[in-house]
Amino acid sequence: MVDSPEKDRAEASDYVDSADMDTDGFGPSTVENDVILELRDLRTYFQTAYGTVKAVDGVSYHVKRGETLGVVGESGSGKSVTALSIMRLIPSPPGYIVGGEVILDGENVLDLSDGDMAKIRGSKVGMILQDPMTALNPVFNIENQVGEAIRIHQRVKGQTLVDKIIHSLRQVRIPAAESRMKDFPHQLSGGMRQRVVGAISISCAPIVLIADEPTTALDVTIQAGYLRLLKEIQAETGVGIIFITHDFGIVAKMCDRVAVMYAGRIVETGDVRQIFNEPAHPYSEALLASVPKLEERTQRLYSIEGQPPPLFDLPPGCPFAPRCAYVQDVCREAYPVRSQIGDEHTASCWKILDFDMSKADPEELAAAQSVNVSAAEKEVPAEAEAVAD
Amino acid sequence: MTTIQEQVQQGEGIIPLDENAEVILETRGLAKHFELAGGFMGFGTKPTLKAVDGIDVVVRAGETVGLVGESGCGKSTTAKLLLGLEKPTDGQIFFKGEDFTKMSRAAKRDYRKNVQAVFQDPWSSLNPRMRVRAIVAEPLQIVTKMTRGQINTRVDEVIEEVGLNPYQANLYPHEFSGGQRQRIGVARALALNPEVMVLDEPVSALDVSIRAQILNLLVDLQKEHNLAYLMIAHNLATVRYMCHTTAVMYLGTIKEIGDSEPIFTNPLHPYTQALISAALPSHPDIEREEIILPGEVPSPVNPPSGCTFNPRCPVKIGDVCETWAPALTEEERRHWVSCHLYGDAREAFESGQSAPTAPSSDEE
Repeated sequence: MVDSPEKDRAEASDYVDSADMDTDGFGPSTVENDVILELRDLRTYFQTAYGTVKAVDGVSYHVKRGETLGVVGESGSGKSVTALSIMRLIPSPPGYIVGGEVILDGENVLDLSDGDMAKIRGSKVGMILQDPMTALNPVFNIENQVGEAIRIHQRVKGQTLVDKIIHSLRQVRIPAAESRMKDFPHQLSGGMRQRVVGAISISCAPIVLIADEPTTALDVTIQAGYLRLLKEIQAETGVGIIFITHDFGIVAKMCDRVAVMYAGRIVETGDVRQIFNEPAHPYSEALLASVPKLEERTQRLYSIEGQPPPLFDLPPGCPFAPRCAYVQDVCREAYPVRSQIGDEHTASCWKILDFDMSKADPEELAAAQSVNVSAAEKEVPAEAEAVAD
Repeated sequence: MTTIQEQVQQGEGIIPLDENAEVILETRGLAKHFELAGGFMGFGTKPTLKAVDGIDVVVRAGETVGLVGESGCGKSTTAKLLLGLEKPTDGQIFFKGEDFTKMSRAAKRDYRKNVQAVFQDPWSSLNPRMRVRAIVAEPLQIVTKMTRGQINTRVDEVIEEVGLNPYQANLYPHEFSGGQRQRIGVARALALNPEVMVLDEPVSALDVSIRAQILNLLVDLQKEHNLAYLMIAHNLATVRYMCHTTAVMYLGTIKEIGDSEPIFTNPLHPYTQALISAALPSHPDIEREEIILPGEVPSPVNPPSGCTFNPRCPVKIGDVCETWAPALTEEERRHWVSCHLYGDAREAFESGQSAPTAPSSDEE
């Protein structure tokens, strides 16, 4: 794909087969079921003047090799904090990972020492940050920035380092990589900068990539090119991608499976087609109905009343109840348990259980109630401090 | 059918366009060129940034015209020109038939009263040091001679209309959520009872579930007050939902304009086709053959000659595309396109007739 005039026209020789290159990456995973990353009941709480904010409260999802998981939710749903928790980038204070496990390629990342975590952060698990325009340091050239992770994680220098940098740039289809890498970010167009950020994130051949809304506010055609690029990289390297977004269009185009989050919890997970065709949770259904469609004339958009609740002051019961079209009394009394609807399709909603609390397993029901914050609870429980932060 | 599906089916979207409605705003050959610094010691050629280069747009009462395009196409500058925030370097703006540039100062104030704006960013568009009441009252204080009591009544009225409670008017902007702040912006624009509202990406900065609230509010207000909207957006699905008429802009010129439905179902201009093909699908089973345009959008400083799209056009005919800019031709009813592949321009080219050297833009 040609991005700029004559001097940057790519040649066939520019594209190196990734198999030829020994990037000291982490190759195919050896874990069974190809599950390279699994979150189990992750909890990240923040201590604030208003009380304990349960930003992530019992989140479980998994990503397989070569698959893209979409994590959908609005501001305050906890989707970004979950990603930062995986990377252990939560500032402490005020945030603490108080429970759960993050199993990356077979080992629990939360148990690692700071030093060991630093070794895999940016290398085994990569992250593409929001707003590629400002994610690059304006005073260092591209070579320096793409090389930074490689230099630190793989401890190479000289020509070996340069070769790896060029390889990363070619993987994101930046033409004339050898000369472009001497440029500074301001000399690159928006689309190119975006690709450089992508290059940085895959420079050490991670097994899982976290993309946190990387295409927000980008032009239509630039966004399309970037998403296509991510798909190509995934096809070449088998990297698993967690795509955090609020845009269902991206989910429709990129994702194999979806997890919908609301108020720090996952309310529904499933195959992308299941979510689009038969959303089981009222929030998923409402979100899908509130988005205008390009392919047909939408008669009227469904508008969800109210706003997402403040996380330090959640009412008892399901946090979506005040805005739910199907709400019943039981919804305001107890948080619903997770129900299995189909193969790999689960959702937490009383509607699925016919609003009948007796249909829920008592143990699961009790465990689910921990989402409720009472105003009196202002301290992080003592046992939480024993878990890695 | 689920509750949500019922609500959606029974709801009303935008009301159909009345083609005989009064024309509120019209532009003819509107252009804005910026001269940049350059040359040597003030001599020599200075590069010109042609932000807007001759556009014709018509907005009627009760109509929403959508301006679509990518960065650098000139849609924001067009909005500023229509709001009177920039002076056009060429062309005319007509408000209900009167030429804006020839208006007296009093008439210009009248114009500005009638053309209000809702801005993109609900955080920076409200003065954080003013209470909401003061923010919404400000235009009334500046432009009208209403008494304090009358102003307060009007503020209450308009705040309720946008779905907020009048007692909230005593709060400061930071005490509201993004969606509520945008409602305040709409209230401020509505206060003067304008005929036209310029909406500059009114929902891009908002969360997905709040967007529908604001879009529906705008649709309802339009019905209630027969408002005309000029909406700038880059999300094509939003444009299809909200706009009766769509104009596709590229590097300062309109490439295609007309009723939204034909433009989305039968896009004629190669750029429109590429734009739609690159848009995100609304369902995983929808697969679009993406038209990949070579290169990137060139800078509006010294744009390409002839049709501004020609260097990247996948179906470029030849020299004609580089030599002169095609006029807008009405290819089907209420569907104009500016491209040598269509209409008179094509016939002229194929029959070997000499083409006009200065394109005359047809009116929308």
